[in-house]
Formats: sequence, structure tokens, C-alpha cells
Amino acid sequence: MKDAAALQKREKGEPLFHITKRAEIVWWKAWLIRLAAIAASLIVCAVISLLLGDINPFSFFGSMLNGAFGTARRCWNLFYELAILLSISLAVTPAFKMRFWNIGAEGQALIGGLATAACMYYFGGRIPTPLLFVVMIAASILAGMIWAVIPAVFKAFWNTNETLFTLMMNYVAIQLVTFMINFWVTSGSGTLPPMSAYALPTVGNAWILNILVVALLTVAVYIYLRFSKHGYELSVVGESENTALYVGINVKKVIIRTMLLSGALCGVTGLLLVGGTDHTISTSTVGGRGFTAIMVSWLGRFNPLFMVLTSFLLAFLKAGANQVSNDYKMNGSISDIITAVILFFVIGCEFFIQYRIAFRKHGKEEK
Amino acid sequence: MPAFFSELIAILSRAIASGMPFLYGSTGETLTEKSGHLNLGIPGIMCVGASSGCVAIAAYAGSVGGLENGNPFLCLLLSVLASVSGGVLMGLIYCFLTVTLRANQNVTGLALTTFGTGVSTYMISKVENADFVPANKFFTYSVRNAVGHNAFTDSWFGELFLSYGFMIYLAIIIAVIAAYVLKKTRIGLNLRAVGENPATADAAGVNVSRYKYVFTCIGSGIAALGGLCYIMDNLNGNWEYSISEIGWLSIALVIFTLWRPNLGILGSVVFGALRILGNSNFIRGVDKSILQMLPYLVTILVLVVVSMRNRRENQPPAHLGQNYFREER
Repeated sequence: MKDAAALQKREKGEPLFHITKRAEIVWWKAWLIRLAAIAASLIVCAVISLLLGDINPFSFFGSMLNGAFGTARRCWNLFYELAILLSISLAVTPAFKMRFWNIGAEGQALIGGLATAACMYYFGGRIPTPLLFVVMIAASILAGMIWAVIPAVFKAFWNTNETLFTLMMNYVAIQLVTFMINFWVTSGSGTLPPMSAYALPTVGNAWILNILVVALLTVAVYIYLRFSKHGYELSVVGESENTALYVGINVKKVIIRTMLLSGALCGVTGLLLVGGTDHTISTSTVGGRGFTAIMVSWLGRFNPLFMVLTSFLLAFLKAGANQVSNDYKMNGSISDIITAVILFFVIGCEFFIQYRIAFRKHGKEEK
Repeated sequence: MPAFFSELIAILSRAIASGMPFLYGSTGETLTEKSGHLNLGIPGIMCVGASSGCVAIAAYAGSVGGLENGNPFLCLLLSVLASVSGGVLMGLIYCFLTVTLRANQNVTGLALTTFGTGVSTYMISKVENADFVPANKFFTYSVRNAVGHNAFTDSWFGELFLSYGFMIYLAIIIAVIAAYVLKKTRIGLNLRAVGENPATADAAGVNVSRYKYVFTCIGSGIAALGGLCYIMDNLNGNWEYSISEIGWLSIALVIFTLWRPNLGILGSVVFGALRILGNSNFIRGVDKSILQMLPYLVTILVLVVVSMRNRRENQPPAHLGQNYFREER
């Protein structure tokens, strides 16, 4: 009797549930949780759009699908957006796997684009076009690398906080682009006219080349991370720097090398954006994709193949939500809200994949 | 008084006024970061703070039939309260995801910024902008307005200290209180412990999650006021979509001031000065964009120098950006 009372008392003191870390989860269970989260988020989005814009949920989803797949052009745009987003995400992934929070992809890509634009501006028409392409590729990669390696060097030698450093570098890059545009365009219009004569060649249509390049990069990054010695080293550094030191990995070298790679890939994205599609540059050339890429990479568990799916999700959301705000004259606000709500759900559901919630067991007799 | 001197005073006074939105943002973000959370949602929170404050004004104006019939104090109070509660709600979303669900802080913060931008755009599109501009004179009602222009209030002293609306003073008061709480009280000590080493704080009996929740939400509420201050004070009630820029600069200011709200008062004036120089023609021959780059460059410089000198009291909180799970040590 006394024991039972004591047990009951103890049980009252125990929390209703407690959380434990899962050792491992079957892959299909993890994806089931993610799908459930997306489904739940879509329902919430439909409710939100019903409340905010008085939009019927069915026409809401119809509008989203229409925005993403409605016409051949929209499909191409969707895949192009996917490709660009994926390429920046690929760039940040090696760094993230090393637990180096490179949130400066926006700036690194923009600087890559600026270098491309500078080559087009200064060398276009003065040197043979094939040579110009080589210069453009080299310059964009180099610029991206420089922008990325500065924070990496400081991180490696003085442990400077890389998140804040790379974040600041974004805005320096943005202002630098403004400065260069003002420097090039003397009319004061603030926009650089497209230099389409020196654009990268197109294959089929304006989008295919970009998509092909990114497809190749995806496979390359996957192989690099999965099978190369470099890929192994950077994941050891990410898991535990002390372990890396113990097994004789040169952590400083790995940090700098990985960020050089990260910057180079961002530079390629800048090249694709400026040389491949826009043929000019503005501060919104990268358009926040550098930040979205962080989510793509993280949601894809730093696996390039999963990231194809997550960048598809985000590209779809962007296209669909834009269509919704167009159809219902919502001045873009609804698209931000919808995207963010879906992200909240997807971000939040990772918890249920990593942790298990164990509820207090009731009626368990004394034992 | 020489002309140069009075011009300098005028610039300084404008720098103070335009620096205060940064001060709100950085004081709020400092409290959040001291609890170990890097909240990159600050730009979104400031947007929501501004829009909910403005919507409250519009709603109040609507309920009393025009602002001229209303009570200025009530109008300001409602606006500030709405702004703070908008910020706290955003903070709660962030806390639930990062503290309870232990989601990645960078990703959550960025999503929150997207969310905040969208929400504020929606809110503003639903109300009449016309109501904000008249409300501006309540916000910028200064001591000088109250006692009228005279030799004293027009002197350099009056220009520097008596020419602002209440939100400017409020920013400084909040920063001083935050600095005091962080440095001199047990609550502040516990908070810093949570940010430096949550496991140790937990072992010492500090409720880590509660501290993280409370200070992230308070921080978000304070930051939200920055958005309101920017729109209603600096921009005279004209809505602009440039609030998120203020938010990013506020995050920069946290680093610039080494996680100290009292230094933040000076730092925000420096940022304010750089901002008005960037937007004015005061310095000729230098491109505006270079001036606008300066706050970020200076912040990078501070970050680098601080990490090189490696003095322990100047470092970011040791567990900044890392979530705490008790069973994982």
C-alpha cells in the first residue's frame, strides 16, 4: 500500500512525456514524417489563404499547380529555378557538412556574377569569344573563391565566428555590385543593359545549358562527398574537430580547402545567372537564393540527391505561391507567408525524426 | 555659434535619431544571443513590429473616427503594445521551433524573416496609409514642441537632447536596463551561463528552456519596436519596404558592440551617422554605396580583431547557434 502511494507520488512528479534521441530511423519512416508535415502545412496554408484572401482551398491548390506546371514555359522556368537553387545549395553543402555555417552564399554567388559581368563589360568584343568564355569561367570561380576563403582563413587561424562573418560579406558584395553598376553606367539609371552578345551559348533553349551544368555538378558533389578522401575528412571535421586532430587531419587545411570549393561552386552559380540567363547584373540577381539554399541543403540532410527533391519543393513553392498572389492580387505577401509556413512545418518535423517522444506509462503496477 | 559647429550638431542629432532603430534591434538581438540563440529572424520581426504598430494606429483612428478626436497617449500606447506583442508572437514561433523542437537556428531564423516580411506586407496592404502620417506628430512630439522654441531649446543642448520623440529616449532606457540586467543581476548571470554553457547552467539548477524562451521573446519584442521607431519616427510615418535592411544592420551592430547594450548606444549612433551620410550629399565625390558598405566592413573588422585578441569577455556566447538537449553531452 505504502509503496503504491509512493509510486503514485513519484509518478505525479514525472513529466507527462520525455524526449530521447533516436539511434536510427528507418528511411521510409523519416520520409513518411516529412510527407505528413508537408501535408499538414498545405492544409494550414489553405486555411490561411481562406482567412486572409478568402480563397477557396481547391482553387488555391489549383492555382499553385498552375503556376508551377501550367504551361511549357512555366515548367521550364520551374526546372531552371530548381537548377539554380540546387547549384547554390551544392555549394554550401560541403561547408555545412563540416559544420561551417556559410550563410554567405548570396554574396559569393553575386561576386561570381559580378566578375562575369566585368569580363563581359571589359573584354566583350575585344578578345575572341571562346577565350572570353574561358576568362569568364575563371574569373567567376576565382571571385567566388576569394569571397569564401576570407572568412575561412579567419575561422581556421583565429576561430572567428563564420556565421556572422559570411553574413556581413553578403552585404559588402551587394554594395560592391551597386558601386560597380554606378561606375559602369554613367547615365545614372542604375541598371546595366544586357550584354547578350557575349552570353554563354545556349543549347536548345535558354534553360537547358544551366540545367545540364547543375546536373553534372550534383553528381560530382555527391561523389566528392561520398567517395573521396576530402569528403571523408570534412565530415570528420564536422562531426568532431578533436577526432579529426587525433587521427591527424589538418583541420585548418580542410576548412580552407572546403570553403575554396564552396566559393568556387557559388562562383559557377553567378556565372550561370549572369552569363547564362540575365546577361547583366543587379543587386537582386541572386535574389535571396543564397539564403533559400541554406534551407534546401539542411532539409536535404546535406545529401546532394535528396537536395534535388528539396530544391524542387522550394522552387515549386516559389512558382506556385507567386501564381497564387498574381491570381488573387495579394502583392506577393501571400507567397512569402505560404513559403514560410511550409518551411516551418518541414523544419519542425525534423525533430520527430531525430527524437522519440515517450509518454509516461500509466497504470504500471509496482515492480 | 559658428556655422560649422551648428551643422555638426544638426548631423549628430539626426544620427542619434536614425541610429535608434538599430539600437532596439541590437539590444533585442543581444538578449537573444546571450541565451545562445542566433536569431536571424530579426529583420522579419522588425517588419512585423512596424506593421502591427501601424495597424494598431489605424484601428484606433478608425474606432474614434479620425486621429484628431483621439487621445495621443492612448494611440501611442496601443501602437507600442501592438508592436511588442507582434514581436513576441514572432519570437514564440522561433522559440517553439528552436528551443522545443531544436530546429536549426539559422534555417528557422531565415524562414522567420520570410514570414515576417510577408505578414507585414499583408497587414499594411489592408489598412489606409493615411492614418500613419498624422500619427507621426505624436511619435515625434518632443520636449521642444512642448515648451516651444526658445533660446534654450534651440541651443546645441536642446538640439542634441530635447528634440526627439519618445521612442528615441525609450531605446536608450531599454538599452541601459538591458546592460544592467545582463551585467549586475543574478538573472543576467544565469542568462549568460545559459548562452555560454547550457549544460553547466542546467546542472546548477537554471531552467535552461525557460531562460531561452523568456529572453528570446523579450528580445523579439524589443527588436519589434525598432521597426516601429524606423517607420513612425525616422520616416515620418511613410511606409517603406526597407525595414529588413535595418534588421540586418542591427545584427551587425550586436557584433560591433561586442554583445553589450551600453556600448550599443554609441554604436547605434555611429551606424546612424553612416546611414545618413550614405543617404545625404554631405560627403561629395564618394559613391553612396561605399558609405553604405562601411557599417558591414567595420563590423567585420571588429569581429576579426576581437577573435584575434581572443579576450574571453569579448567573445560571442560560446554556445551561440547550438541547441541544447540535456541527454546529449
